[in-house]
Amino acid sequence: MTVDSVTIALVGSGGAGAMTAGQMLLDAAANVGWYGLMSRSTGPQIRGGEAAALVRLSPTPVHGPGDRFDIIIAFDWQNVERFAAELPLSEKSVIITDPSQGEVPAVLAASGAKQVELPIKELAGRIPGGRVNMVGLGAVMAIVGLPRAGIDAVIQKALGKKGDAAIQASNAGIDAGSKEAAGWNLGLELAAPNKDGAVRWNISGNEAAGLGALKGGVKFCAAYPITPATEILEWLAPNLAKTGGKLVQAEDELASIAMCLGASFSGVPSITATAGPGLSLMTECIGLGVASETPVVIVDVQRGGPSTGIPTKSEQSDLNIAVYGLHGDAPHLVVGPTSIADCLFTTQWAVHLAEALQTPAIVLSDQAMGQSRAIVDKPADAPHKANRLLATDLGGEGKYKRYANTESGVSPAAIPGMPGGEHTADGLEHAENALPSSQASDHQKQLDKRLRKLTSYDYGDAWADVEGEGEIAVVTWGSATGPSREAVRRLEAAGTKARLVAIRLISPVQPAKLAAALEGVTKVLVVEQTHGAQFHKFLRGHYDLPGAVSVFSRPGPLPIRAREVHETLLSLI
Amino acid sequence: MDTHLTDDVVGPLPGDYKSDVKPIWCPGCGDYSVLAGITRAMATMGLERHDTVVVSGIGCSSRIPAYTSVYGYHTVHGRSLAVASGVKLARPELNVLIFGGDGDGFSIGGNHFLHACRRNVDMTYIVMDNQVYGMTKGQASPTTEADWCESKLTPEGPGVNPIQPVALALACGANFVARGFSNNPNEVARLIVEGVRHPGFSVIHILSPCVTFRPEQRNWKSTVHPYGREPTDDPNEAMRAVLEDDGFGLGIFLAGNRRPFQPESAATRSIAQIEEGFAV
Repeated sequence: MTVDSVTIALVGSGGAGAMTAGQMLLDAAANVGWYGLMSRSTGPQIRGGEAAALVRLSPTPVHGPGDRFDIIIAFDWQNVERFAAELPLSEKSVIITDPSQGEVPAVLAASGAKQVELPIKELAGRIPGGRVNMVGLGAVMAIVGLPRAGIDAVIQKALGKKGDAAIQASNAGIDAGSKEAAGWNLGLELAAPNKDGAVRWNISGNEAAGLGALKGGVKFCAAYPITPATEILEWLAPNLAKTGGKLVQAEDELASIAMCLGASFSGVPSITATAGPGLSLMTECIGLGVASETPVVIVDVQRGGPSTGIPTKSEQSDLNIAVYGLHGDAPHLVVGPTSIADCLFTTQWAVHLAEALQTPAIVLSDQAMGQSRAIVDKPADAPHKANRLLATDLGGEGKYKRYANTESGVSPAAIPGMPGGEHTADGLEHAENALPSSQASDHQKQLDKRLRKLTSYDYGDAWADVEGEGEIAVVTWGSATGPSREAVRRLEAAGTKARLVAIRLISPVQPAKLAAALEGVTKVLVVEQTHGAQFHKFLRGHYDLPGAVSVFSRPGPLPIRAREVHETLLSLI
Repeated sequence: MDTHLTDDVVGPLPGDYKSDVKPIWCPGCGDYSVLAGITRAMATMGLERHDTVVVSGIGCSSRIPAYTSVYGYHTVHGRSLAVASGVKLARPELNVLIFGGDGDGFSIGGNHFLHACRRNVDMTYIVMDNQVYGMTKGQASPTTEADWCESKLTPEGPGVNPIQPVALALACGANFVARGFSNNPNEVARLIVEGVRHPGFSVIHILSPCVTFRPEQRNWKSTVHPYGREPTDDPNEAMRAVLEDDGFGLGIFLAGNRRPFQPESAATRSIAQIEEGFAV
């Protein structure tokens, strides 16, 4: 008897190596052909403090977190109550606990989960250089049936630099843990991997966003560190340099967006990445990008807000500021990736759209995608590149009109270096020739033009992921897509047809396309991770939703789980 | 930097760098003369118009880009130095100059000024100091005297000591620091030429009277005086001298030797090679 999905929490305070063990488990699972997802739960401490690696493995692609944890293995129980709510258990779950670390905390024991004792510290102590996390990893491998061979390359990669002694100690720890767990027969052996020979990737959402920027043609990034977006910037630093681009660390987010606008004004596709507090600081310059028609991409890896909020935990509550946060009538692009792998496609698309439409694009990722790592099928190559419409006929002296009122609304751009295209780009309202103007007719004309270029553009099918059929539909976005997708498939597997619409192009809105996608639908469930149901209100403001509309909306840090969406759907049928 | 035309070869004229746009400034504003100095400097250097970018923030003096015939970016209040840094870092072959006032540069843009000085990107900042916010009709700026009581916003005076821009620039690590006076556009032009030609971040502090809200600044012409020393390349020496200065000494205080900041990169990998790193 095997299972189709297994969800494991490796828990331990700082230094226990829970994150390392989780990472190695995911890598080993990938090597033997399983799919997987690893997210992190950490406290605010720089080092130490509570930490948990949350790993889900399956022979089929993993869309989101498991319904509950099948296995919790704790190297210690320090501070676990701080995130116990993020560790749902049932009586079918197994808690592996080291008796030397005291009793299982009541908040977890109350679930009725089976408790299995493993003297982790003692076993590790018998091995020279032995570490508790390797003993725990070995036990988990035995429980889920991960072949020993899968871990060898992982150990080599993780510990090769530390020498043979470290490798031997790790191997001995894994063997000790595996040996103890071998006879437990917990019924959590994972079904055999589906080895289709296709190339798989091991990638985080933040890395995928960085790669999307590169593939879109970004050559400049100005960076200011902020949790949970920093990994995008740290990934781009060496990789931009290797591909002929540049990254510079700015003094603050006001400067990072301003530097990007400067680079883009001079014709170089530019990106920055931030989180809610940084996005707040950037809004004035994003408005300058709108008015001066200077493309730029801002990746906002959302975290719990408002203010400093919960920097290390996910939420979708920057939707309002991303869509409505600019002063004045300032139409711009807002897109949201629908999975970890899709951070690549959506960021690349955002670069393409920003450049094609000469306007800022905000990419709304979040901590759950950005800082989680997944084993996925290698994403298909997308054709989207930065390709700004440049002026070809600059005419005579003073004839060039930077903000020409074209039919498409996109005005051919002149960039420094092009003789005859000299003009002053401006955040002041301006006439077609770029000179400042406060005339009503110029304001009307430029407002119309800046809106028209966005609304008349053909965004194709990428505006949303539209899947399934039937009279009930989930409408969602961002990282809420994964659990929603899994819930819809469960419904379908049980014989009830259902649809999923995960909107990637948040702004400008696509009412005709959503109406077509929801044709014949009588019940809609909106799923999102906010307290104020921001997405639902956004939909209500711009779309006619058919039939009876229900909302599943909850703030972070608790992730939305497929079971919750599934149960809500069942209650609506 | 395109400086192939030397001063004695017939090249472009100052008027070639002026646009047809009429400035919004009050009659008698010092900025007219600074604009004349700027275009004179551009002509002296023979800058290619299409390879020259001027960036500004918000304020009276920040209107200058539209009054020139080169590429310009009139941005938002306080961010001109950051925008200009992006231009120069992304396209090092361009000539980049920044124009602005005391409020734009030292109040709302103060943090960017600090970091532009220490970053030392090869560009030239011309800051026109009239010790007042003119565009908003006369409020105290960070260079206004503590006891200036003419603003409705601070009728008892701002009550805080003014910043001395030249000392601040030196303290923050600017590589070239000079002071000029708008009444002498030839000297303004000379300082700008020196600043543009000097590698790294150059700060040209220009006393430029606001005759509307600070009419007493008309007297600056009898207050300014030659700074009286030769330029030094030693920031310590320059700082010692500036601390003895009364704020009206004109000339070049520092022409330093710091290396400009300009990250280099060359394509050594394809994206496909980078992607291979993600393969299981």
